[in-house]
Amino acid sequence: MNDPARLQAFNRHVASGGKVEPGDWMPEEYRKAVGRFVEMHANSELMGVLPEREWILRAPTLRRKLALTAKVQDEVGHAQLLYRVAEDLGKPREAMLADLLAGRTKFHNVFHYPTRSWADVGIIAWLVDAAAIVAQQALRESSYAPYGRTMKKICWEESVHIMHGRDVVLTLVNGTARQRALVQDALDRWWGPLMQMHGPRTDPAKDRDLAWRIKNKDNETLRQEFLNVYVPRIREIGLEIPDPELRQDRETGRWHYAEPDWRELYAVVTGHGPKSAERLAFRQLNYEQTQWVRDTVLAAPEVAA
Amino acid sequence: MSAGGPGAQAAAGGGPQEHLEVFEVFRQEKEGGPMVHGGNLLAPDGELAAHYARELYGRRQESVRLWVVPRSAIRDVDDPDLLQPPMDRSFKKPVGYSAGIKQKLAQARERAAGPEADGA
Repeated sequence: MNDPARLQAFNRHVASGGKVEPGDWMPEEYRKAVGRFVEMHANSELMGVLPEREWILRAPTLRRKLALTAKVQDEVGHAQLLYRVAEDLGKPREAMLADLLAGRTKFHNVFHYPTRSWADVGIIAWLVDAAAIVAQQALRESSYAPYGRTMKKICWEESVHIMHGRDVVLTLVNGTARQRALVQDALDRWWGPLMQMHGPRTDPAKDRDLAWRIKNKDNETLRQEFLNVYVPRIREIGLEIPDPELRQDRETGRWHYAEPDWRELYAVVTGHGPKSAERLAFRQLNYEQTQWVRDTVLAAPEVAA
Repeated sequence: MSAGGPGAQAAAGGGPQEHLEVFEVFRQEKEGGPMVHGGNLLAPDGELAAHYARELYGRRQESVRLWVVPRSAIRDVDDPDLLQPPMDRSFKKPVGYSAGIKQKLAQARERAAGPEADGA
């Protein structure tokens, strides 16, 4: 199937910015790589609602409750869209959910941590979503066109979440000293995972996802972009970033920072985070409780007599 | 050209999803605008497909109309021999004229303004 000339033409096509549609010929390795990438993204959207969901019942006002509920609904909607993109590449959704629940596939590190106060909800919606959108905006140009199109819709919704999160954080920092302390405490706990989120520096030359333009920016580029925009925004409202080494090089514009804890990242994404087991167990319970819906929808159609 | 549209296979064969069909969703953002492809979904029939499409592509009032089309009904035409033939077709496009036309216009204007052009 993979004859060298065809493969070479494909590689040239994607390297020069060409797009791939589901019905187009693609090398098996490309199909697998896109599938794996999108599946991990879908898993993250699905698992990412669990930390926030815990706060729906405790939201401080009705408007906040509505906004948070809508955000949770959006993220599940993103999971639906992304599982569909991955599914179209060949792996059935049931298999993806089974792999997620069994810990065979991963989801983003930030969704393995507890949410301790309402300020966490603000920090997650503002900064976790901001770090994510930096990556997601680059994915709009993915060589796999259905993924790129889906990311356009997702980015649009994520930008609303960031505004919602920033509004929560600003409301708190304009409040009492105790509320400000809650935000600072949340930032102190989330900064480490945020810095780990884009992953360690990798050699772009060795990254096949980059060569195929499944993604268009390497990990360090994404982290630098996030720091560039968000460090000033965090500092201008009087919050302190818990990294004494954090500074921007005046000449190069690059940010220097304390080396993120990559061992923690590896442990967390392989299912050893503080909330990994609990969240997967909850997802499993939820999966069992909704089995009757799938049984109904997926049943063989009954022919009327 | 292929009958049956992009990736003509329906859902993953066998398994719990064998009775589902792929529907492509097109959405219109405002009245009079183009129908733009949004994505696709799996559903057992058109009626549920329409409900899923509304949930995934109209939940935030971002669409005024949706087209929900069985993928099997789409005929995918992407043959470059048909759509991008290698012949020069510049005579069909404005760009086929833009290169020479400035020079010709300048020449005509010069002629019109010249001594023997004033009708005397």
